[in-house]
Amino acid sequence: MTHHPLKAIVAVKRVIDYNVKVRVKADRSDVDLSNTKMSMNPFCEIAVEEAVRLKEAGLVGEIVVVSIGPKSCQEQIRSALALGADRGLQVECDTPVSPLDVAKILQKIQQEENADIFLLGKQSIDADNNQTGQMLAALLDCPQATCASRVHIEHNKAIVTREVDGGLLTVEMSLPAVITTDLRLNEPRFAALPKIMQAKRKPLAVKTLADLAIELTTDIELISVDSPTQRQAGVILSSVDELMSTLRNDPNVQMPKHDKEA
Amino acid sequence: MKTLIIAEHNHHALKADTLVTLGAAQQLGQPIDVFIAGHDMAQLSQDTATIAGIDRVLSWDHEALAMPFSEILAPVIANLRSQYSHILLASSSFGKDLAPRIAALCGVNAVSDVIDIISANQYKRPIYAGNAIATVQNNAACQVVTIRTSAFSAPSHETAASPAHIQALSIELPDTSVRFVEQTLSESSRPELNSAEIIVSGGRAVGSDANFSLIYDLADKLGAAVGASRAAVDAGYIANDLQVGQTGKVVAPSLYIAIGISGAIQHLAGMKDSKVIVAINNDPEAPIFSVADYGLVADLFETLPAMTARL
Ligand SMILES: Cc1cc2nc3c(=O)[nH]c(=O)nc-3n(C[C@H](O)[C@H](O)[C@H](O)COP(=O)(O)OP(=O)(O)OC[C@H]3O[C@@H](n4cnc5c(N)ncnc54)[C@H](O)[C@@H]3O)c2cc1C
Repeated sequence: MTHHPLKAIVAVKRVIDYNVKVRVKADRSDVDLSNTKMSMNPFCEIAVEEAVRLKEAGLVGEIVVVSIGPKSCQEQIRSALALGADRGLQVECDTPVSPLDVAKILQKIQQEENADIFLLGKQSIDADNNQTGQMLAALLDCPQATCASRVHIEHNKAIVTREVDGGLLTVEMSLPAVITTDLRLNEPRFAALPKIMQAKRKPLAVKTLADLAIELTTDIELISVDSPTQRQAGVILSSVDELMSTLRNDPNVQMPKHDKEA
Repeated sequence: MKTLIIAEHNHHALKADTLVTLGAAQQLGQPIDVFIAGHDMAQLSQDTATIAGIDRVLSWDHEALAMPFSEILAPVIANLRSQYSHILLASSSFGKDLAPRIAALCGVNAVSDVIDIISANQYKRPIYAGNAIATVQNNAACQVVTIRTSAFSAPSHETAASPAHIQALSIELPDTSVRFVEQTLSESSRPELNSAEIIVSGGRAVGSDANFSLIYDLADKLGAAVGASRAAVDAGYIANDLQVGQTGKVVAPSLYIAIGISGAIQHLAGMKDSKVIVAINNDPEAPIFSVADYGLVADLFETLPAMTARL
């Protein structure tokens, strides 16, 4: 039996660079992202890398990379194209989108693309929601494998090892399916300069929410954003003895009963 | 209106995370039902029914539920939504996998990782690795919420005056192509990270899985759980499910001892709400010292055996 080469859709998000510590705006309306270094969400990078590896292994024929956001997110689409994706699609949107919005947009895109595999990051490091992949799978009524640390495609099935509480869980599912990536799935490569140049010539289409007949959800309202309570740096102790006696005398700490000096 | 808690269990007992979720749910001040799905659930359903504060136990028993996949559970739970204003899950790997799938089938967004329930529809949740705290209002008729268990506590172990009503659900199994292949559980006799009073965590500087025995020795003397930074997990020194941080476990024990961990924001996101933090690091400039109550600028290979010897 021969199989058609699979099509993969990878969704990528432009977020604050993971090395940058975010500041909260003085009016508490949101975080301040002006003049902040932006990058591709690290989990999305891992998703792109996995798709490229599947393509290099001859399992995937075409990789479509989708990003939803203002024009600036084309930068992240170009990065994915430089890493090996074949074509890009920007869904133009200047306001923040919720996980359900993204899932609905990808569901619409799927009606045209008919992809076999969706690869998404397990969470974005800005909103830290960890929702979109699962929502997309629900809307497509297809299986999901979240927090993947190993992906194997065989005979139109995906065999995925997931990181779960207490260990690893391997499942097999038919395609189409949604896979969300965890940190240990792979280590993304850096794009070589010639690939970055080539990526500028790869196709990048732009659609609007109206083109897709999408209305954004309004169920979750952001009321305010605050800085967390800051911990104060404590004391530097001089020896193990001092540390142990300090811990024994700290009312917040219950040292075990068999403690030699208890 | 009512709250529905989706229970997580090992077929013999509810997980601690579910009891903490019950504690959080009680803050909503409305009747609480508990949904349990699994195989051979009679005893567990009865045990659950005796926990104080539960109105009804919805018990779905089916041999196919020995491994309760979200693809199977989500449509069944979403179908119950007209009876509930709130569907609560722990923000465990089970809850994170399932909650958004339920929410999407209900046509709503979920609120992830709630650390404070302000009112019936306002919550606080950390964003940007905990470097900002968002207050959100959820206007959905049925709210799907996951609870960060390190921020709440379980109710005191009280037995109900009379056990809750157990309602056996007989539902046709939704179709799914997901099939179980294998599971590798990290066996350990140490306390679980989520519920431990003391956690000893090792970082990249521990250097090898053999050296991690220094961490285990101290942990065992302290009756502590063992955790790790991502660098230690990536290097293969220790199992992945022991990673503490933004993208691992979030913990808040009474005592967290960070050993050879630099204190990257992603790691701090997972432990900075611990009551007392101890940092042992040979670099006095390591950022971990900025959150530590007690610091020791020292070599871990000398410090660890010395600490263990004093216990
Ligand atoms: C998207 C994303 C998510 C992430 N999520 C997480 C997460 O959930 N959890 C997490 O931990 N990280 C996470 N990280 C990684 C994080 O950024 C850091 O790389 C990681 O925490 C570093 O681990 P470490 O502190 O063990 O290693 P290092 O940063 O290398 O620190 C080692 C420390 O050991 C000290 N040291 C060296 N030798 C000794 C000695 N002999 N005795 C004592 N001290 C010594 C050094 O001074 C140094 O401070 C994430 C990163 C990304 C991009």
